[in-house]
Amino acid sequence: MKRFAALFTVIDQTTRTSAKVAALADYFATAPDDDKLWTIAIFAGRRPKRAVTTTRLRDWAAEAAGIPLWLFEDAYAVVGDLAETIALVLPPATGASDDSLSFWINHLRELVDSDDEARRAAVLSAWSRLDTTERLVFNKLLTGGFRMGVSQKLMTRALAQATGRDEAELAHRLMGDWSPDTTSFAALIEADDPAADLSRPYPFCLAHGIDDLEALGPVTDWQAEWKWDGIRAQVIARGGALHVWSRGEELMTDRFPELAGLAQALPDGTVLDGELVAWDGAAPLPFAALQKRITRKTVPKKLLAKAPVILLAYDLLEAGGEDLRATPLQDRRAAMDRMLARLPPDAPLRPSALIPASDWDDLMAQRATARQMKAEGLMIKRLSSPYHVGRKRGDWWKWKLDPLTIDAVMIYAQAGHGRRANLFTDFTFAVWQGNELVPFTKAYSGLTDAEFGQITQWVRRNTLQRFGPVRQVTPHHVFEIAFEGIQESPRHKSGIALRFPRMLRWRQDKTVDQADTLDHLRALLAQYG
Amino acid sequence: MAGPVLTWTDRGLYCAAGDFFIDPWRPVDRALITHGHADHARPGHRRYLCTDACMPVMRHRLGDIACETVRYGEVRRIGDAVVSFHPAGHVPGSAQIRVEVAGEVWVVSGDYKVEDDGLSEAFVPLRCHTFISECTFGLPVFHWQPQAVVAGQINRWWADNAAAGRASLLAAYSLGKAQRLLHMLDPAIGPILTHAAVENTNAVLRAQGVRLPGTIKITPDLDRKAHPGAVIVAPPAVLGSPWARRFGALSTGYASGWMQMRGVRRRRAADRGFVISDHADWEGLLGAIKATGAERLFLTHGYTDIFTRYLREAGYDAHVLATEYGGEEGDDAADTGEAS
Repeated sequence: MKRFAALFTVIDQTTRTSAKVAALADYFATAPDDDKLWTIAIFAGRRPKRAVTTTRLRDWAAEAAGIPLWLFEDAYAVVGDLAETIALVLPPATGASDDSLSFWINHLRELVDSDDEARRAAVLSAWSRLDTTERLVFNKLLTGGFRMGVSQKLMTRALAQATGRDEAELAHRLMGDWSPDTTSFAALIEADDPAADLSRPYPFCLAHGIDDLEALGPVTDWQAEWKWDGIRAQVIARGGALHVWSRGEELMTDRFPELAGLAQALPDGTVLDGELVAWDGAAPLPFAALQKRITRKTVPKKLLAKAPVILLAYDLLEAGGEDLRATPLQDRRAAMDRMLARLPPDAPLRPSALIPASDWDDLMAQRATARQMKAEGLMIKRLSSPYHVGRKRGDWWKWKLDPLTIDAVMIYAQAGHGRRANLFTDFTFAVWQGNELVPFTKAYSGLTDAEFGQITQWVRRNTLQRFGPVRQVTPHHVFEIAFEGIQESPRHKSGIALRFPRMLRWRQDKTVDQADTLDHLRALLAQYG
Repeated sequence: MAGPVLTWTDRGLYCAAGDFFIDPWRPVDRALITHGHADHARPGHRRYLCTDACMPVMRHRLGDIACETVRYGEVRRIGDAVVSFHPAGHVPGSAQIRVEVAGEVWVVSGDYKVEDDGLSEAFVPLRCHTFISECTFGLPVFHWQPQAVVAGQINRWWADNAAAGRASLLAAYSLGKAQRLLHMLDPAIGPILTHAAVENTNAVLRAQGVRLPGTIKITPDLDRKAHPGAVIVAPPAVLGSPWARRFGALSTGYASGWMQMRGVRRRRAADRGFVISDHADWEGLLGAIKATGAERLFLTHGYTDIFTRYLREAGYDAHVLATEYGGEEGDDAADTGEAS
């Protein structure tokens, strides 16, 4: 644990990517294999199963610190991070431990099957043997929220440096269905046959937002598609089985039973990249219809009939078991079109239509119709491009519509977490209905740190009432709220739910009576919902 | 029983028996000042009274003010009040102010820390009936390490940077914290450069006998290559500024009690956060309060609501005192570098 805590400290103490990679590479070059494997798993978001509820952790931490629970909770609200709050309130350790990261993780995992008293004793004992940083790391493992400024990409780069292996190949090895229980460091990173795992997806190619249309050259070098508002997915048919992966590397096969038949319908050794959408027979349904499907592990028949899901495919990454990623996009696309043309017409799989365009102006005009097409905008991809690993600038661009906007009044504020702890960053916004302000959305992002600092000062001086961590403030500030979509929602007081709401501008030039009305919001719903 | 020794007005804490204010925030006739930080020593009062050790800084900051001084422990009668100043350990010259009226004793802590930093006059606990205490760090997440431990961390960071050919920029408030850090630095590691704002305060304190290591003031024509492996002590505002960029390869450190919290540390975007404060930590506050023997407490600065509730549950007659000192909930202080 000391070695991992030291790694954590170095990474935490620098904002320089090169220093982080160097620290990680050094760790991968020196740590024991078991620890390396767990470290890879942690940075790839594969955490050990949560063994203890956070409620019990709070109880035990308050008890060990000799403070009342409410004081612990108040301290947590200020610090903004549970693992850190616990590490800070505990009295100094009375012992020390030289045990490894893997030892502590296995120790934690044994608690899954223990009773409450045994868990309590084990956790208190661990806290008494770990220093503040080790405790923080241990608590992060316990609570499952391990974000420390190292992306999977950065970790993969460090691993490549430490092992001398190709970064893209390592990225591929780290995809898919593995955990430290099902593999070893040698098997995952060093074994010669990474293709052994039939379910393994390819790293997704990601796009940047377009900044300079002029720089793209002739429109004939490019392919345009609609940018769908669904779930990015890889569909893999290998060895007679189907695997559906999300971009977050979650295996979603069982959530979409309507796709199961593709295991037979697709030729063996096929990998497609596309967007899962709920489909009404001719066009995608709003994202909200899909959302109901995401949260369920099993799908009731009624929902299956109401919101059937299909894949709108836009790329072919593997055909006949051969990796096509280095092949130019236009050839991959042609191969995909040929393959999909042979599927039965009712197959839950269609090519995502290409948008022909005579020039950029023509394309811009078509982009303006994206909302009618139930799309968010356009994707522009270079016809000659390979399928990249991750986000590379130059070949794939997203060209989204400008968001919808509404001017709203801030009425509640709440402090943020982590880096934003102690700053008011989470706000609730309202619009007018007659003389009443009706809350309709929350938003957390879009302001600069300086603006959050300024609004935080204001919130402290203009609090009307406190409801736990939430403060009701004087209705005074107007913000322009941007959002990508609008839906009817019986769960919200306003009857409306927004997609990706954020603060576009702080309208210090507007007074509260210049904010928009609920009727205006309803008109947007009628037009775009 | 007689009326309260001190009352709060829109201008600040007021003693009717002596007709004076303590650290008032709007102009008054007579102001007793605990220490020279800007949120406590404001301009515009007709007469000032502070410790003789505090006076040079007051003059430096506020110019030619009408300022009387007292020695620590010296007893002054002002009207019907008996007043004395006692070390608060916050910065050189800082004081707690003891006010006695008809046998009733109140103490205003000003800002204080209980650890002896070797530079400020060490904190002295005072017995009183009512204690008006700051509680900037009144949460059980704030626990300071002994100064020697933090000094070790800072010097190791500096030495590592020097060995790697980087300069070390240490950000700290220019009155108090900066000098405390200078006192903690090991001059054997390399040269110590100072920002003009820090050096001006150094000059004031050196002139009154405070011993600081040798420093080189940074001027526009300073040749940075002539001072390899230097540590630069400067106010926090220079972090990320063009002023800092002139030093080339640089590691930045920020010294403040707020650095205890990772979130704040990361928001400051300094490479290293050193947890060191001129205020009392959780244990320091509780210990200091207990040592006064006071039954009644008024709490200012910081997490007053939370700390007051805790004290009430512990059996004290504790109240929040709304003031205009510093920032209400702390992070402001981290942002200005004041009162940290």
